[in-house]
Amino acid sequence: MTTENSSRTSTVPETDSEEYSSVNPATDMIDCKLSRRDFVKTVGYFTGAGALGLQLISVETIVECAPLEFSASAHTVELTVNGLVHKLTMDTRVTLLDALREYLKLTGTKKGCDHGQCGACTVLVNGRRINSCLSLAVTHQGDQITTIEGLSGGEELHPLQTAFIEHDGFQCGYCTPGQICSAVALLEEARRGDASFVTPDLAHTGRVELTPEEIRERMSGNVCRCGAYPGIVQAVQTASRTL
Amino acid sequence: MNTIGKPISRVDGKLKVTGSARYSAEFDMPGLCYAVLVQSTIPAGRIAGMDDSLARKAAGVLAVLTPENAQRLPGAEKRLSLLQDNQVYYNGQPVAVVVAEKLEEAHHAASLIKIRYSVSAPKLDFVAGFPSSHPGNHNGEPGDMSWGDVDGALKDSDIKIDQVYTTPIHHHNPMEPHAAIAQWNGDELTVHESAQDISGHRAKLAKLFGVQESNVRLICLFVGGGFGCKGPLWSHVPLAAMAARQVNRPVKIVLERPQMFGPVGARPRTHQRLTVGATREGKLTAIRHEVHAHTSVIEDYLESSAFPTRVMYGCPNVSTIHRIVDLNLGTPTYTRAPGVATGTYALEVAMDELAYKLNMDPLQLRLLNYTENDPQTKLPFTGKHLRDCYTRAAERFGWSNRTREPRSMRDGSQLIGWGVATETYPANRRPASALVRFKPDGRVLVATGTHEIGNGIYTIMIQTAADALNVSPDLIDAQLGDTALPPAPITAGSMTVASVTPAIQTAAERVRTRLLQMAVADSGSPVHDASVDEVDFKDGLIFRKLSPNRSEKLGDFIARNGGQPIEGIAHVEPDETLKQKFASHSFGAVFAEVSVDPDLGPTRVRRVTAVYDVGKVLNEKTARSQFIGGIVWGIGLALHEDSHMDARTGRIVNENLADYHVPVNADIGEIDVSAIDIADTHLNPLGARGIGEIGITGTAAAVANAIYHATGKRIRDLPITPQKLIA
Ligand code: FES
Ligand code: FES
Repeated sequence: MTTENSSRTSTVPETDSEEYSSVNPATDMIDCKLSRRDFVKTVGYFTGAGALGLQLISVETIVECAPLEFSASAHTVELTVNGLVHKLTMDTRVTLLDALREYLKLTGTKKGCDHGQCGACTVLVNGRRINSCLSLAVTHQGDQITTIEGLSGGEELHPLQTAFIEHDGFQCGYCTPGQICSAVALLEEARRGDASFVTPDLAHTGRVELTPEEIRERMSGNVCRCGAYPGIVQAVQTASRTL
Repeated sequence: MNTIGKPISRVDGKLKVTGSARYSAEFDMPGLCYAVLVQSTIPAGRIAGMDDSLARKAAGVLAVLTPENAQRLPGAEKRLSLLQDNQVYYNGQPVAVVVAEKLEEAHHAASLIKIRYSVSAPKLDFVAGFPSSHPGNHNGEPGDMSWGDVDGALKDSDIKIDQVYTTPIHHHNPMEPHAAIAQWNGDELTVHESAQDISGHRAKLAKLFGVQESNVRLICLFVGGGFGCKGPLWSHVPLAAMAARQVNRPVKIVLERPQMFGPVGARPRTHQRLTVGATREGKLTAIRHEVHAHTSVIEDYLESSAFPTRVMYGCPNVSTIHRIVDLNLGTPTYTRAPGVATGTYALEVAMDELAYKLNMDPLQLRLLNYTENDPQTKLPFTGKHLRDCYTRAAERFGWSNRTREPRSMRDGSQLIGWGVATETYPANRRPASALVRFKPDGRVLVATGTHEIGNGIYTIMIQTAADALNVSPDLIDAQLGDTALPPAPITAGSMTVASVTPAIQTAAERVRTRLLQMAVADSGSPVHDASVDEVDFKDGLIFRKLSPNRSEKLGDFIARNGGQPIEGIAHVEPDETLKQKFASHSFGAVFAEVSVDPDLGPTRVRRVTAVYDVGKVLNEKTARSQFIGGIVWGIGLALHEDSHMDARTGRIVNENLADYHVPVNADIGEIDVSAIDIADTHLNPLGARGIGEIGITGTAAAVANAIYHATGKRIRDLPITPQKLIA
């Protein structure tokens, strides 16, 4: 074998120099069926790949743990979404986002990253904005969940929805439901006086003035790859004046 | 009607703000199950063994596709990873697919697959690959092109700039991940795919699976962003179709965000050496633009960074050279303004360096080297109003208040810098078809197999038809994103509007003529026996021009004439001889103001002003968003975006949206965009050149030049991060 990095073989001399076993990183903690030979190879791989102590530790953990058979457990939860109660029996691993999209077919809420890094999945839970991809559905028994589908009253759009159209606060539209849900909560946060990183006077109480700078800061958890940010800021500002 | 140019709100706006716009992963059908990709964890070698026994036994699993058991596809190309052999060409290559009843089950089972690899030495060192690099071409245009005597002119030039500019790997990262739902019905395949080229994907899928093109249908009503990565067909789509065939059920595959950093394209890394010669007065005498960019070991893709250098300035001696370096990485592809975004960064920073060496205003230098003709072919442009862009943008920005010296402008503790750059993008147009239909309910349908990707094409289609038919836009519906409709080209290269609108106009003309012919022949019509020239159709009414009060409604006319829709279909080809007579490019001027914290290094782009010459603007509102979106990308290119490759494993380390930085709202200051708005009717009847990409070109250079002006530091390696500025 030829590699740029010889540490793979030198660190683990007994490794079969031709072959490396690779475990999908996601399995590391639960796959306990590695043979001794596999384990050595895995160490070899990770040593070469990362040479980070952290990775080695996690690999060793594999060997020490007892075989773990994962069995998903089903759980029944009542989700209140946009005022309607849905009784769902689900795998406990289902996120609130997947429950909305894949089980309730409320596909207005979007998945952009599934890791709390983009805001596309923003919904309101008891009036607060959250990333629904970071929350397990079964933990929401009794919560009031509002999604983009619940913001407009029939034909009547929410003022933020109207303002997004008017100021063209989107292009492809994929981040838009998350942006709008986020903005709904933002307006409420500003109304009750929550400070942000750019709020000049933290001692100030009462409604925060939503300057473009405040809006930009408070909307920065919602990525828009189309770059519709100036329109988003204008839309939020317009809606903040009418609400 | 006169709707073209108006700032009409998007007709699909309501669908988008209410969450009712249906993206490709959002279609439900009986029996739908989920597929998850398993990817390689080595950059080169082969799969020595795969143990999928645990995965097969896991709850809910319907199938595991591996190189051992996957359907053989004789027409499979090497560029796709369709489990046809054991070879591994890059880290992150699809090597297995797990299909299960539920997403969670597929995901878990995918994590149970154990793979043994035999590793070969990967090619991952970009610079070390220069000696074995090879030439290439971009869209059929040769990578190498020169005129004059560059070496001689460089030797004789009074002033010379010779610098290397580098740009990193970028990943497109549209907010909507790649997604496909594949379903077989006998030999018929239907795929809902997030795609920028449904016709192209249909042809490829038909070939792969050995069925007629007419047996394959691609549907894509909305694309949640693409920026190039949804142009080519990638492995996950045929894999979903293979899985669907195997389990005999519809299969949905949605890539996870980390999976968007390898198997679905990237903007390749570039290394650009620019050698520029000029007279003491600032006249360019020679430019050599030498580009190295990477591709994969399975497919050539050329990042054409030196192409803009062929059109930007009047210069008698120019040499543009591209070399491709094969690496064990996923194949790169078109990324918003491919070649031009990276190339204008290098060229326009070199121009700034030259201006400083000449002690000349950088805008002045550009005006001095302005060219009225294509510098290579000497052909006139179909329209060029760049001089107006410079003047208007400079005025709006307040450029005359700039002090030339670096570090000469401040705001409190912050260093302020102003920079300028020229923008350009070629005008493209391809054949397209469209249909316009008068429906029995009195409404009008306009349809073509193009893609709504944020470009606002639903709205533009309706505006085009409204004006062509003299009908209110409220009476018109638009349909797109379906291979069952007349085909349109790939939505890329800023060519959708230029290609599709002429087809709509012609189809509209045809259906209108047809209607009027039918009306004058119809004894029950108030226009019976008139000549077609004497009658008109406007706002849903058919009438005699001389007596407009005696009219008939379109719906009534159709009802009386058998109740069948009346249709016009057109296929329109661009005039191929145009290229022999003209060069056709869009241009623009962009100015940026940055502030830099001198102690900590972060840069903020406070404001950007740009003025574009893009021919006729068809919708002021959506155009503005297109320009702004491009500028936001330019800011990301300048300051944020950078895919870090692990030099040993060829894996992108920051394969997520927390570590791969794209601009967020707080990164974007004031953006002031406008257009000269002079129609370029050489290219198409409406005179529109397309605007999706020009905004990113030049912007990174304007920001980089502003940073130099603010700090006196010339960073030639993007992105310009705080650590580079305080180093
Ligand atoms: S999908 Fe939840 S934050 Fe990105
Ligand atoms: S509108 Fe496309 S990502 Fe925001």
